[in-house]
Amino acid sequence: MSARREVWITGAGLVSCLGEGVEANWQKLASDNPPAAHDEKTFAPYVTHPLAPINFDLQIPKKGDQRQMELWQRTGVYAAGLALENAGVKGNADILDTMDMIIAAGGGERDVAVDSAIMSGIKAAPNPGAFLNERLLSDLRPTLFLAQLPNLLAGNIGIVHGIVGSSRTFMGEEAAGVDALRVTFERVAAGQSNISLVASSFHGVRWDLLLVTELGRNLLKAPFKPVWDRGEHGGLAMADMGAGLVVESKEHAEKRGAKPLARLVAIQSDRNRRKPGEIEATLAAEWTAIEPKVKKNQAVVISGASGLEPPTSAEKAALAKIGLPVRATGSHIGHGFDTQFLANIAIACETLRQGKLFPPCGSGDTGNAPAEISQVAVTSVGNWRGEGLALIEKI
Amino acid sequence: MAEYRDKAGRPVVAITGMGLITPLGTGKEDNWKKLIAGQSGITTINRFPIEGLRTTIAGTVEEGYEPGLAPSVHTERIAKKVGEEAIAESGIGSKGNFPGPLFLAMAPIELEWPHRFDLAEATGANDNVTYADLVRVSSQERFAPYYEMAKYGIVGENLADHFGTQGSPISLTTACASGATAIQLGVEAIRRGECQAALAIGADTSVTPESVVRFSLLSALSTQNANPAEASKPFSKNRDGFVLAEGAAALVLENLDHAKARGAKILAIIPGSGEKSDNFHRTRSSPNGKPIIGCMLNAFKDAGITPEDVDYINAHGTSTPENDKMENTGLLAVFGERAPKIPISSNKSMIGHTLTAAGAVEAVITTMTIQHQRIPPTINHKIPDPGISLDVVPNVARDAKIRTAISNSFGFGGQNACLVIAGDVN
Repeated sequence: MSARREVWITGAGLVSCLGEGVEANWQKLASDNPPAAHDEKTFAPYVTHPLAPINFDLQIPKKGDQRQMELWQRTGVYAAGLALENAGVKGNADILDTMDMIIAAGGGERDVAVDSAIMSGIKAAPNPGAFLNERLLSDLRPTLFLAQLPNLLAGNIGIVHGIVGSSRTFMGEEAAGVDALRVTFERVAAGQSNISLVASSFHGVRWDLLLVTELGRNLLKAPFKPVWDRGEHGGLAMADMGAGLVVESKEHAEKRGAKPLARLVAIQSDRNRRKPGEIEATLAAEWTAIEPKVKKNQAVVISGASGLEPPTSAEKAALAKIGLPVRATGSHIGHGFDTQFLANIAIACETLRQGKLFPPCGSGDTGNAPAEISQVAVTSVGNWRGEGLALIEKI
Repeated sequence: MAEYRDKAGRPVVAITGMGLITPLGTGKEDNWKKLIAGQSGITTINRFPIEGLRTTIAGTVEEGYEPGLAPSVHTERIAKKVGEEAIAESGIGSKGNFPGPLFLAMAPIELEWPHRFDLAEATGANDNVTYADLVRVSSQERFAPYYEMAKYGIVGENLADHFGTQGSPISLTTACASGATAIQLGVEAIRRGECQAALAIGADTSVTPESVVRFSLLSALSTQNANPAEASKPFSKNRDGFVLAEGAAALVLENLDHAKARGAKILAIIPGSGEKSDNFHRTRSSPNGKPIIGCMLNAFKDAGITPEDVDYINAHGTSTPENDKMENTGLLAVFGERAPKIPISSNKSMIGHTLTAAGAVEAVITTMTIQHQRIPPTINHKIPDPGISLDVVPNVARDAKIRTAISNSFGFGGQNACLVIAGDVN
């Protein structure tokens, strides 16, 4: 085996309730005090973080392509385009031809009108089975299936932006986002890939996903509170967001004269059965693995805490032991499941560039930024399973 | 001590255990007998009412199934079963302690119609049930089991607990190439030295009314319902679509040094794999076949072989007019004059298309083909397509000398993968 290669992040794209672009999101975070970009009315009593208005034409020029996608896919394709643009590879057919891609995605939105009509009509139907078949066959739009399949986010990124090296889609909420970046990091470090896009999108501000989340009694009800302070059971504020990162070997980036946003130093992912104390133990073990590489007087933490309990308190306890300054993005941009971790890596890259932290919000946002920020640790404690930790640093 | 290295200096990846469930049966030996006999596992659907459907046939797996079972639970059951078969054959680790990660290819998970109807019933609404109504009743205690059932990670998490695999289980999809991608991820992790072994599983139990309708709406399914066993006819002139099927397969992938050191039986070697995405269209492949060709060439390059080395091709061969034509085009371009002389067969003629499991199912069957030096046929090949010049091993199994084989998987959304499987090292 050849020696491990250095891995750089050379592009980042982000869209959220705060707007589009990593820098714009960061500026909003810096002034979002108290947090304001949430909606308590549309899905009352639940708190949501709907996507800021986006002109999709800017990254998805063909209306025909936009029509083939629902919001989930459009958001992801848009964020991927921002990341490619930021990395300076957008439209570069030579690079895109061999570029790899790992996507973290669940599924797209259902047609709630069709579903509602079927649920409403089934009781009166003389033959319920035949009724279901007939309604589905005549009411489902053929293109909707393609707008729902998780791997079709990758498919659409390929079609719109021209990435055709390879694509793989990981499913499984927050852990999928962490593993998408981890596997990419390891592949690039080992020479199995030279340049990859890691991207994700989540459209949580919709009834069908509110439903599956509330089956676990997990939605945040108004009034809004910071993720750290949502009471005994906590609550998730469902969000819309899309994030993309271009990850490549130092060698590949230097050859094409790309400027790095950050070096990806380490990334850990693991799981446990979530018995009391297990989240803290997994995070502590992940921290121990990366600790030798941490410059403690120049490092801060960007947390992906979801607001759900007990995971959020467990993370808070684990971070208190580590002792670095902490900021959670969830209080501002809501919770975006598969996408939160990659969004936070993008925000961490911008934190390195700004050299500052955005203001604290809630009891777990502790500490002040050191005089120089050269490293950011990014956490991901899944709302249900999966714990991840990454370390990036300034180059 | 590292003894085996491939031409690129990487660890060599062996297959040391396999498990298989298809509509033909449970267990790889049972399946093999039926595959070699040219049996079909396709039947008329009897699991739910078929009135009004354009396609009324499928390959269902009865193993682990019971009426009303959520597909994700059925997927988990058959994934466990094939995983157990593979680990038992491999003899690796100990019960509940598999020394490596899990890569699981599976279909997306959703709430299903029976769940929605239960929730709708609870709303008390009579003629206008909305999602807002469902959300209102969803926090009732009796619906709590639906929560975990609809989690995307649930199957992977439960399998990780069951087998004691290491680290975060990766659930993945590349549509119809997913099973091959799971194997590829395992091969890459072993080559990186991250682990000595990996468990790759593909499992799919998608025969539900909505899945049948969705694929029907894309005009992807065969509508030759009258004779279910004859509907899947890859490479035939009168093919008209694929037949939806369920299935699962598992492979224990292992660093060859590690396998040899513990005296494991080596079933086959995976010298390499390749991918190439197609961005021509969401469901159709590039007319010039470039991505399919590139995918196979990438696999040869990764495996350090040439087209001359390939003795058998396990086709993607879905039986759709488009796929089989494009696969033919791609193979002619890659293998040139030799293309019509290399035997190629489609397991889907007997099993149907197991979607996200297909790549793993067919990798297992390809390995057995090498082990037995006998090729399962492409059945239902009565009217050859004059546009296809391949030797599709029509209707009857055939003995052959096979050292190196490839298994192709091409997916909706443009995800193509090709695995190279060899009977021995070098």
